[in-house]
Amino acid sequence: MTSGNGSRPTAIDVRGLVKNYGEVEAVKGVEFEVATGEVFGFLGPNGAGKTTTINMLCTLVTPTAGSAKVAGHDVVHERDDVRRNIGLVFQDPTLDNYLTAVQNLRLHAELYGLQRDLVAPRMRQVLEMVGLWERKDSPVGTYSGGMRRRLEIARGMMHSPRVLFLDEPTIGLDPQTRRSIWSYIAELKEREDITIFMTTHYMDEAEWCDRIAIMDNGEIVALDAPDTLKAEVGTDRVVIHTDDNEVAIAALQERFGVEARTAEGAVMFGVPGGEEFVPRLFAEWDPALPPIKAVSVSRPTLDDVFMSYTGTTIRDAEEDAGKNRNRMMMQMMHGGRR
Amino acid sequence: MSTTTDRAQLPGQAAAPSVPVIHVHVPPHSIFSELRAMRIVWRRDLIRFVNDRIRMMATLVQPLLFLFVLGSGLQQLSSASTHGVNLKTFIYPGILCISVMFTAMFSAASIVWDREFGFLREMLVAPIRRSSIVIGKCFGGATVACTQGVIMILLAPLVGVPYSVQLIVGIFALQLLLAFTITAFGVMIAVRIKQMQAFFGVMQMIVMPMFFISGALFPVANLPGWLTFLNRIDPLTYAVDPMKKLVFSNINVPAAARHVLDPGVSWFGWHVPALVEVAVVLAIGLICLGVAIWEFSSTE
Repeated sequence: MTSGNGSRPTAIDVRGLVKNYGEVEAVKGVEFEVATGEVFGFLGPNGAGKTTTINMLCTLVTPTAGSAKVAGHDVVHERDDVRRNIGLVFQDPTLDNYLTAVQNLRLHAELYGLQRDLVAPRMRQVLEMVGLWERKDSPVGTYSGGMRRRLEIARGMMHSPRVLFLDEPTIGLDPQTRRSIWSYIAELKEREDITIFMTTHYMDEAEWCDRIAIMDNGEIVALDAPDTLKAEVGTDRVVIHTDDNEVAIAALQERFGVEARTAEGAVMFGVPGGEEFVPRLFAEWDPALPPIKAVSVSRPTLDDVFMSYTGTTIRDAEEDAGKNRNRMMMQMMHGGRR
Repeated sequence: MSTTTDRAQLPGQAAAPSVPVIHVHVPPHSIFSELRAMRIVWRRDLIRFVNDRIRMMATLVQPLLFLFVLGSGLQQLSSASTHGVNLKTFIYPGILCISVMFTAMFSAASIVWDREFGFLREMLVAPIRRSSIVIGKCFGGATVACTQGVIMILLAPLVGVPYSVQLIVGIFALQLLLAFTITAFGVMIAVRIKQMQAFFGVMQMIVMPMFFISGALFPVANLPGWLTFLNRIDPLTYAVDPMKKLVFSNINVPAAARHVLDPGVSWFGWHVPALVEVAVVLAIGLICLGVAIWEFSSTE
């Protein structure tokens, strides 16, 4: 889906946003703008700083430096105005499991001070939108994971926010439920004329976004429409399996002039025209080298985009980030907070 | 359920929804919106309490144990020194206090619970003051505790205390005040604590000593010096003492017995009037509330 909304007003405007926890720089000065009506995705491994950024935009975390405006209001100086205009769906559940769906939504309506006469019709509308109207009087504790997430989305929409933040809206859900969540989000966007800002570490989900920002190590390394980003890669991805990756990489460099690296236990490299390259590869592969046991060629995906900007796959990056995150947690627990 | 997505006829135009979208509007911050927020936080506590029968029963068990088991059991040892007054009657005022105290502490614990299970976040991101959440919570805890308290009031005739309007209204008002203070105190602690176990640990460490030292189970005159000191700085003392005065003024006991059993609290020989004691409890409650609000507003 391409949308030429260059002239629409800005929904989110971020300038040099920084967040440090002690010595750890979680977010290192990110800058971007999101236009009204856009679906904007933050893509990156766990620990890349996506949630910290979203928390700053939602006024839950105070930035160390820089500024951000959401729905025209400053996230530090006009907190309440920002909060009135945003809906939030967190990574971790925030429903009261002892209350029913209706009670949860009513509670939300009261906290946000919605006009009483509109609460019931609006509640019905959002519950129908996510297909939970029939289950509205069941305690949330009896819901499945997918239903809870849908209810959270409905609740986030309850007060007609201008910007909806979704932090990993499909994390921990099975593929089928993930798809259904996405169709709800797509319908929502169509009906409510809303700006959606979301984070994900699923590459396939990023395809739903109008534009994505790839985040790695607290920085935005690429920002554009998914198709544009993929076109920029310009090469196909070839993965070969051998018994000795080091030798294979050296041979590829020497004989074919290809810069290869190991990723997820195999040798991976990008070449223009991958299908034509493979016959040549086999024809010229020295019998003295470890034999190629398997080969695959694929068109560029967002994985390749990610790889070309960060030099690693998102899964490998996640393992590294895990270590980083532990360090950050330690920092946060010892001092760090005010 | 219909899954029709009616596409717009004109290309480049947004699809027209089949039903008009209801757009609600979040009003700017006002006293009115804060009061609504407080009310819903309060109501949520009540809804949850009503749904939670087990908790209702559980918090009743402890005061009933103290009153009937301890009261009846120790009666044989103490009949000489209680001047013929039943021990159950004597400890009844103290039990009235601790019954609301335990429940109020439980209510405060829900802040820790909400944090652990994420719901607290829903309240923290709403466009309301943090103080509204804390105040709503304190009134919620007080209300829930008082419904428990009412059950204890109804038991009065069983321990030899006849009903009277003055007694019931007086006990209820004192319980309400105490429940509010204890909830505020509990919230003040709960705001700082991230895990349920830790909260109950702290609670055991603070609540049980407070209860034992308060004089709920013994007269507060002629105690050893160290105990007198601890008793006078225990906030619960100032709720138990007026409660005793209230109950004892409603039963017929010899003056000598009353003198021993209900000696009243004194500060350096000055007999502290009930009104001052009530003011002390209220003041402590308000201070705890203030600290809780301040702490809660400065987290995250």
